[in-house]
Amino acid sequence: MENLEKILLGHPFFKNIEGDYLNLIVGCASNVRFEQDEIIFREGQEADQFYIIREGTVALDLQDPGSGKITIDTLTDGEILGWSWLVPPYYWRFDARATKMTRAISLDGKCLRNKCENDHDLGYELLKRFALIIDQRLQATRLQLLDVYGLRS
Amino acid sequence: MDYEADIMTKTETIPDPMQPRRFRINNVTWETPETFTHELIPIDKGPTFTFEPGQFNMIYLYGVGEIPISISGDPENSSRLFHTTRVVGSVTQRLQHLKPGDTLGIRGPYGKGWPVDEATGKDILIIAGGIGLAPLRPVIYRLLSHREQYGHITLLYGTRSPDKILYYEQLKKWISRFDMLDVKVTVDHASGNWRGHVGVVTRLLSKAMFEPENTAAFVCGPEIMMRFVAMDLKKHKVPENQVYLSMERNFKCGLGFCGHCQLGSYFICKDGPVFTYDTIKSYLSLKEV
Repeated sequence: MENLEKILLGHPFFKNIEGDYLNLIVGCASNVRFEQDEIIFREGQEADQFYIIREGTVALDLQDPGSGKITIDTLTDGEILGWSWLVPPYYWRFDARATKMTRAISLDGKCLRNKCENDHDLGYELLKRFALIIDQRLQATRLQLLDVYGLRS
Repeated sequence: MDYEADIMTKTETIPDPMQPRRFRINNVTWETPETFTHELIPIDKGPTFTFEPGQFNMIYLYGVGEIPISISGDPENSSRLFHTTRVVGSVTQRLQHLKPGDTLGIRGPYGKGWPVDEATGKDILIIAGGIGLAPLRPVIYRLLSHREQYGHITLLYGTRSPDKILYYEQLKKWISRFDMLDVKVTVDHASGNWRGHVGVVTRLLSKAMFEPENTAAFVCGPEIMMRFVAMDLKKHKVPENQVYLSMERNFKCGLGFCGHCQLGSYFICKDGPVFTYDTIKSYLSLKEV
């Protein structure tokens, strides 16, 4: 537990978080490891976790009938994988696949949701931090949608 | 020698800046399905062709037209001239069919390029999008040949998909020289067996090592991409006057006379194409200037 606490505290996502909140979060955390090409979750499955990637790379894939797998994003060391645990109806929208051996901290979303319902200050603190990530990903997605490297430019 | 005779001698030796010089295509390399590189050798016995990283030439395809193309070769190697061209318009449509032995007219080099010398002692961020890697390749050659003069050097390259990666083999070589420079490549979308990064080039910034106050960032790509990159560099606290963007407009004369490439109070061909972000940022979000 002490080790997990140290790891979480050293991660930018939890930077300057209050000790009491960290204790609550650590209670929902565990170390996980995924081998290369291992599927972490699949589109449509219940989203009950999120992950803090410590080392490795995870691809977010969409299966397109006819053309196969399309990778729309990759996440690497220090990044956060998954926010569907936070947003009803709590189902994954994409497949997540480790493209190389990946070590991460898994956080139990159901456990955290309950704690956030019981302590709205904790909920607000977590939501503020996730809002930043969602904003970064939204801006990146908009830039992707612009297809700036297309032949029109 | 009297004054008039002296003037006459000098006048006779000044080359006409609008006069193209003839070059022969020595080799054609297809970099992607729509992008090719011409290796050119001068036909005449004129002066050695020298250029600074970031400068461009006007390429004249006889009877078809003239277009500006950035020089993409090694500035230390003056025996060969390289241009990397994407097929987008009527001149490039014809250029793509030229073969070794065919000839072209070249005017140049024109413009003010990347301030590589001013960046001595700094960390260097080279951020390229799509074919924007071509005008930055001479910078990489120059930096690597004077490697000891710079801090950490990082190349961040983003393009549409794995099959659109420019200079693929060369990037692999640069990646293997991790003690010289750090190379990160990302694509907007991928299918098949791609195991590299997917996502926009700005996402790579957080993975680069640089000391913001002591960093020079050289950025080239589509204008929208450069705007996003410049804004993200600002978030990372890189001073705006240390962020350099290479602009592109409708160049015609290349000498600042015709006004086709005017951007506000600047002629891009003469005052640029490389500008600091603080100089031109007010023009970047305007529909028309």
